Amino acid sequence: MDNSLLIVLIAMLGGAIRVSTPFMFVALGECLTEKSGRINLGLEGNLVLGAMVAYAVSYHTGNAWLGVLAAGASGIVLGALHGYICKLPRVNDIAVGIAIMSFGTGLAFFFGKAYIQPSAPRLNSVPLGDWTGNASMAQALQINPLFFVGIALAILMSWAFANTRWGLIVRMTGDSAASAKAMGVSVDLVRLLATAAGGFLAGVGGSFLSLYYPGSWNEGLSSGQGLMAVALVIFARWDPIRCIWAALLFGAAGAIGPALQSVGITQGYYFFNAAPYILTLFIMIASARSKGAAREAPGELSITK
Amino acid sequence: MTVQSAGLTSTTTGPSLRTLSLAEALFVPVAALIVSALLFSVFLLIIGKSPVDFFGLVWVGGFGSSFSIQQSLQRSAPLILAALAFAIPARIGLTMIGAEGALVLGGFAAAAMAIPLVTGGAPVPLAWLLMALAAMATGGLWIGLAGWLRHYRGVNETISSLLLSYIAIAIMNFFVEGALRDPASANKPSTMPIGDAYRIGSIPGTSVHWGFAAGVILAIVLAILMSRTTFGFAARMTGGNVRAAQAQGLPVGLLVVACCVIAGACAGLAGFFEVAVVHGQANASLVAGYGFTGILIAFLARHNPLAIIPIAILFGAIAAAGGLIQRRMGMPDATVLVLQGIIFVVLLASDTLYGRLKIFQPRAMGDRT
Repeated sequence: MDNSLLIVLIAMLGGAIRVSTPFMFVALGECLTEKSGRINLGLEGNLVLGAMVAYAVSYHTGNAWLGVLAAGASGIVLGALHGYICKLPRVNDIAVGIAIMSFGTGLAFFFGKAYIQPSAPRLNSVPLGDWTGNASMAQALQINPLFFVGIALAILMSWAFANTRWGLIVRMTGDSAASAKAMGVSVDLVRLLATAAGGFLAGVGGSFLSLYYPGSWNEGLSSGQGLMAVALVIFARWDPIRCIWAALLFGAAGAIGPALQSVGITQGYYFFNAAPYILTLFIMIASARSKGAAREAPGELSITK
Repeated sequence: MTVQSAGLTSTTTGPSLRTLSLAEALFVPVAALIVSALLFSVFLLIIGKSPVDFFGLVWVGGFGSSFSIQQSLQRSAPLILAALAFAIPARIGLTMIGAEGALVLGGFAAAAMAIPLVTGGAPVPLAWLLMALAAMATGGLWIGLAGWLRHYRGVNETISSLLLSYIAIAIMNFFVEGALRDPASANKPSTMPIGDAYRIGSIPGTSVHWGFAAGVILAIVLAILMSRTTFGFAARMTGGNVRAAQAQGLPVGLLVVACCVIAGACAGLAGFFEVAVVHGQANASLVAGYGFTGILIAFLARHNPLAIIPIAILFGAIAAAGGLIQRRMGMPDATVLVLQGIIFVVLLASDTLYGRLKIFQPRAMGDRT
């Protein structure tokens, strides 16, 4: 019993580290966009297109890291498109987000047909667990470099929001467009840049899906991680560091099912898959009318009003 | 609704304000469709395909023969119902994006309800009625829950309905993989098939199934409900200004939940038709993205139930032409997704044109002052 509990815990740890990276990048991207006062529901499209582009570029160039960059570039294009359309007057950002999601997914499926079969170079992982002398522990601690990039990025973002001029401008634009205008800041430009940068991060998150885990391109690659990011950012209350914890928690919850299956408990697999969503819903209900949550949300964000 | 033409037309020399705003409401989406077609033509030229061939095939596959028209109508059925599921809460001021979950859960409820009915040999019409009611009740409960959370707990309905969508899909998978799995469904876990006797056929003389008729009837009924009844007026007033509605003593909470229940019931009914007509059982095929396409169709129809019908048929036609394009032009089935995506993006961006084109503005405004 102790042994199987240990197996489940290690598998959850490994699962959390493996599964959380795309959540992390999409959430950080969404966090940046929402901090500037705009919401982007289209990041699912960025994620799927990023996964396809990364795989294709990695296949043709033989360099997985070029694939990561190309995925980010495709994310910038979609993000900038969303940012540009949303700055037009009378346009609904929720609907445009869903349209961008369907456009990005369509493009990815269209150009991705050719890459379902071939095998492209993947990203290598860093074995951090060999010293433990435990095979499953070593397996769980095979960590992809993008995981560390994500954590570093979260720390950097958190620092930049609090301490840099740019961070202050983004936060001010998100909290009050009127004050930003009074300070001579172009609200539209800040939001456009924040949406494009958020798109870049979501594209990189997508590259992780096709180049590392599950590690190949197919049409069912993303199971809504991009859309989930919106909930995840609310869960993390617009704090980049808490985005990391939230992504790890979502990853671990998703790994419970397979982990239990590995020790012979097959019931409730799909129930555990739903755990992060149920958890987020309960946290939203609990925090909906709390003053703390209201204080942390960007003031201009339509979704929290 | 916003047109107060009486006072203006007497002093203006040009066409009346009502004519102008109708012309604008027709011009903007048509222009957007033309721009989308041009953009997609550029896309086709880049990948070395002929736009003329492509749009010819869309026409032939979507509207070219009575067979293809019937196919288009058939495909539009779930889209009409899913779009209604977005448009009704939108009228009361809610952005409810969870129709996908209500559709999936409604379809699952219908299939689960069918199990005892089919094995017990219940009369076919009774089975259909109970299955449809189960689907509508489940869908209504699901979106109604999001509406209730919004009004009474202050939880943002956009996010909660999105989360509820994922929870709905997980619930369906949980039962389909487990307790309600038909052992015969080896590769694709499904519930027990309802059997041919309990499948819903087509409207006599056509190959269009009854889901299309149900969608059109519901759209008309809901259009009347929203524009001609006290309920609809109260709902629209709440959508315009909640405080004012509360000050008038309207039961705002009840109105919000009622609109959400109606919306969920529409989505649930779409799920019922998917099960009773298309799949014959509940499985992962129910998660087909109709809910999200419905949101965009509702936006394009400006949340007007009647306008949803032609727009849904247009998208049904594009989907119906997909197979033909795949065979004749050797293009992947995702081509249709790209075209749809471009249309959606351009049409939504075109919203910005309303009220900004000079030719649609009354010219004689200066005369009055």
